[in-house]
This record gives sequence, C-alpha cells and structure tokens, in this order.
Amino acid sequence: MTEMAGKTVLLIEDEPNIIEAIGFILSRDGWTVHTHSNGQTAIEAVETRAPDLIVLDVMLPGRSGYDILKDLRADAATAKLPVLMLTARGQMKDREMALEYGANRFMTKPFSNAEVLEAVRELAAL
Amino acid sequence: MAERTLAGSRIRERRIARGLRQAELAAEVGISASYLNLIEHNRRRIGGKLLQSIALRLDVEPSILAEGAARSVVAHLSAVAERFGEEAGSGEAADFASRFPGWANLVVRAARRVEELERNVETLTDRLTHDPHLAATLHEVLSTATAIRSTASILSETKEIEPEWRDRFHRNINEDATRLAESAQALVGFLDGVGDAHSEVSSPQEEFSAFLSAYSWHFPALEEGLKAAADSYLKGASQLKSSSAHAIAARYLRCYAEDAAKMPLRVFESAIEEHGVDPLSLAAQFNVDTASALRRIATLPDIDCGIVVCDASGTMIFRKPIEGFPIPRFGAACPLWPLFQGLSRPMVALADTVSQPARGGAGQESHFQTYAVAQPVLSAEYGREPLLEATMLILPTDTTAALSGPALRAQSIGSSCRVCPRNACPARREPSIMAAGF
Repeated sequence: MTEMAGKTVLLIEDEPNIIEAIGFILSRDGWTVHTHSNGQTAIEAVETRAPDLIVLDVMLPGRSGYDILKDLRADAATAKLPVLMLTARGQMKDREMALEYGANRFMTKPFSNAEVLEAVRELAAL
Repeated sequence: MAERTLAGSRIRERRIARGLRQAELAAEVGISASYLNLIEHNRRRIGGKLLQSIALRLDVEPSILAEGAARSVVAHLSAVAERFGEEAGSGEAADFASRFPGWANLVVRAARRVEELERNVETLTDRLTHDPHLAATLHEVLSTATAIRSTASILSETKEIEPEWRDRFHRNINEDATRLAESAQALVGFLDGVGDAHSEVSSPQEEFSAFLSAYSWHFPALEEGLKAAADSYLKGASQLKSSSAHAIAARYLRCYAEDAAKMPLRVFESAIEEHGVDPLSLAAQFNVDTASALRRIATLPDIDCGIVVCDASGTMIFRKPIEGFPIPRFGAACPLWPLFQGLSRPMVALADTVSQPARGGAGQESHFQTYAVAQPVLSAEYGREPLLEATMLILPTDTTAALSGPALRAQSIGSSCRVCPRNACPARREPSIMAAGF
C-alpha cells in the first residue's frame, strides 16, 4: 500500500477491459477506484463520488469527455479537480483542445500502465 | 520564335538522328553545306521544293518539318508550364516540342498523370479525413490494443496475483485479441477498398449511390408506371447490401414514381425541347413544386446534369455527380454553394452561374448553371418552423437556356475547403492540402 491509501479516483471510460486493467493497477497502488461508463451521467457520478482525481476518456457514449471537462471547470466545486484525459486521437489539435478545456494531463492510447500510474501519482501531488 | 522558322532545328535534329553528315544531305538535295548550315540554325527560311526534297531524304512528312509538333502538344506544354509557375512562353514550348518531340510528349503525359493522381489524392484525403467508419474502426483498434497492452502488462509484471484476477485477465486478453483481429480485418478491408477509389462502397449512402449509378439515375419501368416496378428494382439490387441502404432506395423510388406520374417522360422531354431547361417554367406547366421539377430533370437520360439534396443541417442526402463539379463524399461542402444559400431563403428559387476551379491548372475555371430551392418536407405544425430540404440542379453552362443580366456573373465556389485551391476565400474553414504542395 502507498501514500495513495484513502484517495479516490473516478475512472470514466466505456471500454470494460480497460476499466478492469486500470482499475486493478490503481487499486494495487492504494487508490479507491470508482468507475463510470456513460458520458451523459458522468457529472452526476462526479458529484456523488467526490473523487480526488478523475481519469476521463474522450469518446464516451452520450457525451464527449471534452464537454464533461468543460462543465467540471465551470463549476467552482470541481474547477481545480485534477483530470487526466485519455484518447485514441493523438493529433495536436486534440491535445490543444484538451489543455484549452482545462485537462491537467493528456495521454493517447495505447499507453502503458507505468505511464498511467506515473501521471496519476503526479496529479495526486498537485 | 515562329514555328516556321524552327523548321531548321527540326531538319538538323532529324539529320543527326539518321546519322547523316551536313555535307552529305546538302549534296543529295543540291545545295551547299554552308547554306544547309544556315537553314539548320534557323537563319534562312525554307519551303517549297527544297523542303520537300529534304523531307523525302529524311523520310518525314514535309508538314512535320515545317510546322513541328502538334499544336495540342504545344498548348499542353504551355499549360503545364503555367501550372507549375514557370514563365515559358508559347514560343519556348513550341521550340521544346519541335526539338524534342519525344520528351515533349513525355512531359505532357507526366502532367496528365500528375492530375490523375491529384484527383485520387483528393478523393482519398476526403475519405480518410471525414469517413466516420474509418474513425470508428481506428478508435476500436486503439482501444482494444490499449486493453491488451495494459492487461498483458499486469499479468507479466505483477508477481503475486490472485487466481480469479489472473483468470479474468486471461479471459479479457482472449476476448480483446478476437476483437482486435476483427477490427484489423475490417480496417484492411476498408483500406483495400480505398486503394480502388472508384469501387469502394461502405456506407448506406454509398450503396444507394452505387445503386443509382448502376441504373444511370433512370428507371424505365417506373416511367411506364408499372406496378411493383420499384420492388423488382430493389429485389435485384446487389449494390444495396444493408437494410438502411435498402430503405433509402425504396423511399427514393417511391418519390421517383410520383414525379414520373406527375411529369410523364415524353411530355416532359417535349416541354424541354420547346422551352429549354427552365425549372420554373416546367414546374408551372406541370403544376408541381420547384424541387420536383429539379429532381425530374435529373432523371432524364439525355440531359447531362448533376443534382444534390441536403437536409436542414446541410448534410447531403442525395447526390448525382457531374464532371467538373466535385461533390464531397464525406464532410462538409463549400458553404458558398447556392444549395446552402437556399436554406436561408426558403421557397425562393435561385438561379446562379457558378465557377469551380478546373483540373487543368492555375486560373482555369469550369462554369455551371445552378438552380436551387429550399422547401418544407414535412407538413407544418402550429407554432413550429417547417423542416426544410434544399435541392440544387447543376447544369453545364451550354445546356442551359439563354441567361442574361446578373445571372451571367459567376460566383466562385469550390468543392470543400480541404481540397480547394482558393486560399483567399473568405468562407474558408480550414487550410487546403492543395496549398501544402499537392
């Protein structure tokens, strides 16, 4: 168990096997992992779970990760919540859009577990 | 330099190619070597009997020596030079074509090939940039690869892992590997199709277009008003692979049959023969709305025309292409098309002359006459705006009835921003790949 014990991460991703894999490595790192797969109801999930950090996929059913991020930043309660964005689109414009909307980190698929873990730990220290 | 005065250069080239010395040829045609030398350096004009004698000895038509390469080759060379920004006058092109006819032909053929490849690039770029199926498949491949990589990494790097987790991850990898194989296969199938830009069919709209194209947008049995004609067309349509495409085609054939009943083929063609292709007159004569008349014109077998229909979002839902007026298969078209202007002026029939950048090179334009109208497609409800659809008929300018006044001023339009060379266009949404060296 690490210093992440007791901290909560909300993983918003619609790919079940990615959820299981990332959920597993973050759990092993001491995080309490909550997951959510629907873009439409993601904001409610954030309000309910009140996570310390969010891992947010861009392409989600119902609503895009960019729109969710925009809403998070517009709300004082979540404006500074660390967000790691995941996407299969690695073009410069996607990266720019993610940063413009207020993502703290941007990671393109396929990423390694070590990269995700490192990014999450860094964001937890913010 | 005038073509006639270059006859000397051509004589010299032919003589050398045949291995004849200047003195030999001069003697054979009865002139001095020094005079032939002056002729060969274009310092003496040549014609008449002497030209015929030299041509005979060099085994070439006198006109070839006198006039040089075909005018079309010279014209093509000039166009190629202009296109690539070279300042080469027609004299230089004629000189080059005369001295090196083989190389001149090669340059012309190479330029044609470049144009052909540019067209392919346009088609493929359009597809690769905007195709929703490709985007979805690539996303699927990357997501599945991520899941496999992450899961495999857990299995290989985690020293102590509970058996149920290990089993679950093994199962996940197996599932994802199967999915990845299927996605990769779909991707390969798609890219194989892209390789043949003319034959690929992958979306319901494309299947529908292929179906219409197979019948040249004309259905004789529907013209005859035969019952069940639409069903027989649909039943035998190998192009309509998906149920969506089938439904789109069925709806179109119903509409076609209704139009054909209101505007019978022979009578409609006679009206056009009498009054020309004037959609408003035709609509009035047959007591139909303007869009129906536009659609009907596009079904006539002897009228060279294109047509495009979009819904209120600007999404194109029907297209019949016409040479020189590219219609994007995916993504947004040029916002300057009268089709879209029609959406902001419902029920107003628009007649515009437009010009598209031609394939031939910089500055060349193809002109078309367009007729557009936006009309409600669903009956109105109290307090709600009607749902509109816009239709635009595209005719080569020589097909249209005589126009005068403002209609003669052509509006410059394009296909879509990505492949449009009009860099200074105020309606530009994104940079053109044509400006980046294509």
